[in-house]
Amino acid sequence: MTFLKSRETILAAAIVVLIALIATRFPGFIAPANLVMVFTDTSPLMILAMGQMVVILTRCIDLSVAANLALTGMVCAMINVAMPGLPIAVIVAISILMGAALGAINGVLVWKLNIPPIVVTLGTMTIFRGVIFLLTDGKWINAHEMSAAFTGVPRTSLLGMPVLGWVSVLVAVVMVIVMARTTLGRAIYAVGGNPHAAVYTGIDVGKTQFLAFTISGMLAGLTGYLWIARYSVAYVDIAGGFELDVVAACVIGGISIAGGAGTVIGTLLGALFLGVIKNALPVVDISPFWQLAISGAAIIIAVAFNAQSGRTKGRIILKSAEHAQ
Amino acid sequence: MKLAKLMTSVAVAAGLFAGPVSAEDMRIALVVKALGIGFFEAAAEGAEEAAKELGGVEIIYTGPTDTTAEGQIEVINSLIAQQVDAIAVSSNDTDALVPTLKKAMQRGITVISWDSGVAEDGRMAHLNPSSNALIGNMIIKLAADHLPEGGQVAVLSATTTSTNQNIWIDEMNKVMGNYPGIEVVSTVYGDDLADKSYREATGLMQSHPDLDAIIAPTSVGIVAAAQAVADAGNIGKVNVTGLGLPSEMAGAIDSGASKSFAIWNPIDLGYSATMLAHQLATEAAKAEPGAEIAIGRMGTITLDDTNAAAMADPFVYDASNIADFKDIF
Repeated sequence: MTFLKSRETILAAAIVVLIALIATRFPGFIAPANLVMVFTDTSPLMILAMGQMVVILTRCIDLSVAANLALTGMVCAMINVAMPGLPIAVIVAISILMGAALGAINGVLVWKLNIPPIVVTLGTMTIFRGVIFLLTDGKWINAHEMSAAFTGVPRTSLLGMPVLGWVSVLVAVVMVIVMARTTLGRAIYAVGGNPHAAVYTGIDVGKTQFLAFTISGMLAGLTGYLWIARYSVAYVDIAGGFELDVVAACVIGGISIAGGAGTVIGTLLGALFLGVIKNALPVVDISPFWQLAISGAAIIIAVAFNAQSGRTKGRIILKSAEHAQ
Repeated sequence: MKLAKLMTSVAVAAGLFAGPVSAEDMRIALVVKALGIGFFEAAAEGAEEAAKELGGVEIIYTGPTDTTAEGQIEVINSLIAQQVDAIAVSSNDTDALVPTLKKAMQRGITVISWDSGVAEDGRMAHLNPSSNALIGNMIIKLAADHLPEGGQVAVLSATTTSTNQNIWIDEMNKVMGNYPGIEVVSTVYGDDLADKSYREATGLMQSHPDLDAIIAPTSVGIVAAAQAVADAGNIGKVNVTGLGLPSEMAGAIDSGASKSFAIWNPIDLGYSATMLAHQLATEAAKAEPGAEIAIGRMGTITLDDTNAAAMADPFVYDASNIADFKDIF
């Protein structure tokens, strides 16, 4: 427990130091309103990273999240254009269901056909983008075509923070509970930690991976609606390359690429770390030619720190066995 | 009666043009920066229009799925293998495509670039949508027209290596002297990604509280900047302008986040590129400095010392005419 605590504490401290450094160059950055804005801006990344975390914990990877987001978002936008009166709650439900269905496709391919996840999701990533082409002929859906409610909901302010930010808080709470307090959550850790032992305890490894992909897809779908509504535009390339940010957030957050180790809080901090950098670079007046190099270096430094603190003697599947060693 | 007359004139026109092409269709490939961008979809429409007018011409509209030079090289290699008659390319990189395009020319394929050019070695002629000087002047004029007392403006560009945007910004800086009181406080890059452009625009408003206008000479950037201005509650304070498509900017014009913006007509551009490619491929015209080449309904263009020509002036869209254009492209 102390080890878990220290890893997240280090990352949280790194974020605080980072924010303090930024504040020396741009004091407005630490204004509460701005911090709320940064949090809100990072929300899509946090939600996607939590889905990705689940997948990585089971020793898989989901590269199709950004494409899933784009496809689901585009479908939501098209539904909105066709039926402007449809309540937003229905659209949100559709986005979650559709995202889950797309994620389940990945899951089935990994589970039933035993194709390596990186291959499966590279394929579906391209397929999803291709489907958007087929649906739209490459046309954009623009702000004036969407209904005011559709674009308005994520930016509605609730207790000083836009709904978009609250959605990520809600997802985080649910995910913490799922990962720590449900059979599924523990099965996910077991499958990633030691698949062979997991089989002996009666866990279906393939099925758990399938469920992990479905969760990831579900969250990607939800983010799809939020993303399209936030930027009020839908086109094929939306969130292009974003899957790499999502994986980076997980890695920074201490999710072991080898599976089985990592926490929701770590993932959130990893996403926030990236979010702070992304939001700070435009205001600290650094040459844009340096920005890419700086964000890359920040990621490597963060991971190096994590690797240092993350060396463990072994992985723990059963909490009760922890003290028996 | 009228129809018959029309048919005859079409037949005559087709006969005139079809002469040197022989029975087989001439295949002209329109290679764009990436598929799925509204601007290029509209250009393809114009190319089809030109093909119809010319007769005996087949348009191959193609491009990579993301804006990379590597993707375009692949596409062009496959076009060479298909032995098309002409390639008209809007490039993602000035130099990277040159070797591949040279190979195409060695195989007898007519190569022109349009919109975003390639280096002189890599093409026979280049068609600019407008002249860079006119565009550079236009984007600053759009901002200055709404700032009679002067003020601060910032530029939100695409990527740091975008050929087009860099030239336009250079040209803009050259004419800054004509707009006293207008100060360019910063140039930032949104990489043509909605989320990064949005963040950069928000950053501009934070680091320059007195900012009066954001000039975004890129269609993704201008939309994202308008949304960022609206979300920050700065409508009326910060005017977003630059280059964008009417369909994509209609919302921003309605909300007031953008007072006006400019773009040439991409349909005309696709049309002219096809006409130019056809003229060169049929050897009806020769690509050499000073050559005057007729490009159908767009009139005549004159090639300069680098075999480049300008099609027309950019056109300004605002609240008065946006409704007429937003459904077109």
